[in-house]
Amino acid sequence: MSDPKPNELIEKIDYIPPQKGWMDVPVNIRKGMYCYASNPKSVEYVHLPNARAWNPIEEDWKLPDNWKEIVHTAFRDRLDRFRSFKVFMDICVRCGACADKCHFFIGTGDPKNMPVLRAELLRSVYRNDFTAAGKILGKIAGARELTLDVLKEWWYYFFQCTECRRCSVFCPYGIDTAEITIMAREIFNLLGLNIDWIATPVANCYRTGNHLGIQPHAFKEMIEFFVDDIEEKTGVKVDPSFNKKGADILFVTPSGDVFADPGTYTAMGYLMLFHYLKEQGLNVTWSTYASEGGNFGFFTSHEMMKRLNSKMYAEAKRLGVKWILGGECGHMWRVINQYMDTMNGPADFLEEPVSPITGTKFTNARSTKMVHISEFTADLLYHNKLKLDKSRNDNLIVTYHDSCNPARGMGLFDEPRYVINSVCNHFHDMPRNTIREQTFCCGSGSGLNAGEDMELRLCGGLPRANAVKHVHDKFGVNMLATICAIDRAVLPPLMDYWVPGVGVTGLTEMVANALLMPGEAERTTNLRGEPLSGMEE
Amino acid sequence: MRLEELLAQKKTAVIDKWFDVVAETYPADTARFIKRQKDPFANPVGGTTHKSLTVIMDELLGEMNRDKIYSFLDPIIRIRAVQDFTPSSATSFVFSLKKIVRNQLNKSDINDLRILAELSEFDLKIDSLGLIAFDIYMKCREKIYQIKANEEKSRFFCAFERAGLIKELPDSGSELA
Repeated sequence: MSDPKPNELIEKIDYIPPQKGWMDVPVNIRKGMYCYASNPKSVEYVHLPNARAWNPIEEDWKLPDNWKEIVHTAFRDRLDRFRSFKVFMDICVRCGACADKCHFFIGTGDPKNMPVLRAELLRSVYRNDFTAAGKILGKIAGARELTLDVLKEWWYYFFQCTECRRCSVFCPYGIDTAEITIMAREIFNLLGLNIDWIATPVANCYRTGNHLGIQPHAFKEMIEFFVDDIEEKTGVKVDPSFNKKGADILFVTPSGDVFADPGTYTAMGYLMLFHYLKEQGLNVTWSTYASEGGNFGFFTSHEMMKRLNSKMYAEAKRLGVKWILGGECGHMWRVINQYMDTMNGPADFLEEPVSPITGTKFTNARSTKMVHISEFTADLLYHNKLKLDKSRNDNLIVTYHDSCNPARGMGLFDEPRYVINSVCNHFHDMPRNTIREQTFCCGSGSGLNAGEDMELRLCGGLPRANAVKHVHDKFGVNMLATICAIDRAVLPPLMDYWVPGVGVTGLTEMVANALLMPGEAERTTNLRGEPLSGMEE
Repeated sequence: MRLEELLAQKKTAVIDKWFDVVAETYPADTARFIKRQKDPFANPVGGTTHKSLTVIMDELLGEMNRDKIYSFLDPIIRIRAVQDFTPSSATSFVFSLKKIVRNQLNKSDINDLRILAELSEFDLKIDSLGLIAFDIYMKCREKIYQIKANEEKSRFFCAFERAGLIKELPDSGSELA
């Protein structure tokens, strides 16, 4: 055989991917795009089945012998129990309205991340196993048999969905793809196929009360550390109460606010706001037991979500409070607004929330008895109950990221913007098709905020970062405000990669920086220890 | 420079073809979306790519300002460095320009020795663009690993620090006699 000619070699180099139907493209589990498998100890602790060590990139996933039967039974059970799931399996007409709305599709360019196709991964097996047309016509009817490769494909792509529900905003039938992902993940859990970034926080939360497994005394110590820090920065000694029986309000926030920067500055903000309002009649307590607002059970199963959510209400009952105030968290609010009432409610032992400062009745929370801190603060500002020096935030040019769950899950659009505009002089919204109900996900929600899947997170966060870059270039935006603890943890690396020079903050941190605390010393720095506007040397 | 004049006349066609080449490195359904959706916020890959290629083409036909080329090539490569591309497929589109340019020329142009000489020079510009692309690709990959490392480091350091397991050095001097 003669040596190949240079042009023959060059012709073999082709960067155009092969044209194949999606069922014929095998799954390729790529490093950087998936999270590590669950720690068997964590799976066992919450009594989920098939706990074992396994590795997604190894051929053998050590599945139980009857795994197909488990999937089939679980699938049928869920079709019977959840009418919405059954409807979502049947009614999609593949119009394509959702196809290009997913941040993971836009960012990865992988067609299997089109919401319609991601759902089709499950629907194809549904047709094969549960519909007459699929059983008779097979592939012609879009049906396919469940094989190990199909299961691996499910696993890979249902952990590339953050359950953000942007696609469902555009679906003419209102198909909620997040619920399809939820069902797929429930099935994975029956096979011991959770990811560790969800499984271990769930076990920790179930045992100790928060994702990190921080015990009550350490939780208290951390907040006391904030108290010292606040005194150093402001000259005011705040005096929070813990597990106080007979308090009017229980405050619950994600543990990320207590243990992860820059959320910690938001936690200091809560402490300062509560201290400021004490004189005006606010009687609020923190709990070292209900020390987690987040609920990774939501990403595991309905039952696990219910289990973890129940502690908040149990603690409210134990302490005898009137209602619950919730911190800046994302998915906590979807759990509260969409599920809590029928899951652990009705919370008849609590009262309809009323602001002790303004007398405002939060009728929207009549049923859940839980008020978002942004609603609470916006109401205070509206009634001029906070004395502020807005100019302290003058070195911030702010934009706002609508976190998916408070935005799409509870319609919280205007209150956060009202708060920002009340405490900052420079605010610029991102383009209309990237905010409010059309907001782009941070790319790391629903338990995907691990470190090992950084490429996935950076891809998923591209549409959000792209819109931030626009306001950064156009208006000089240097601060991205948000009301979700996962956002506060994951947006800094996202900005570092895509839009260097943009920081990340919670709303209450900015409120606290502008707040004129009675008895305060001259404030020269913000809570981060950086010089305030006009105080630079 | 006759070649550059010819290309300047056909600039829009060259950029559109070049853009199509980048789009077609994605699976067919994705390529269709990247080409069709014109809103840069709904389609950041397409929007960024088209904007950058336009500026880069201007530079290839003009000043060849390295900083400008770098800053406009960066956003395209930055995207491709996190996506499912090998290093060569992430940067290959740069070299595709050679073929696109040749396809834009008539047979008589190609046979013109003067244009042929200018074409070799233009190829060298594309080669240097390729080298810049490779630098950016490596910088992006290093950044990703740096971010991963920082995440791990801060996670453990903060945990130890908050558990009171870390004792900072005293402000001055040693405590040991």
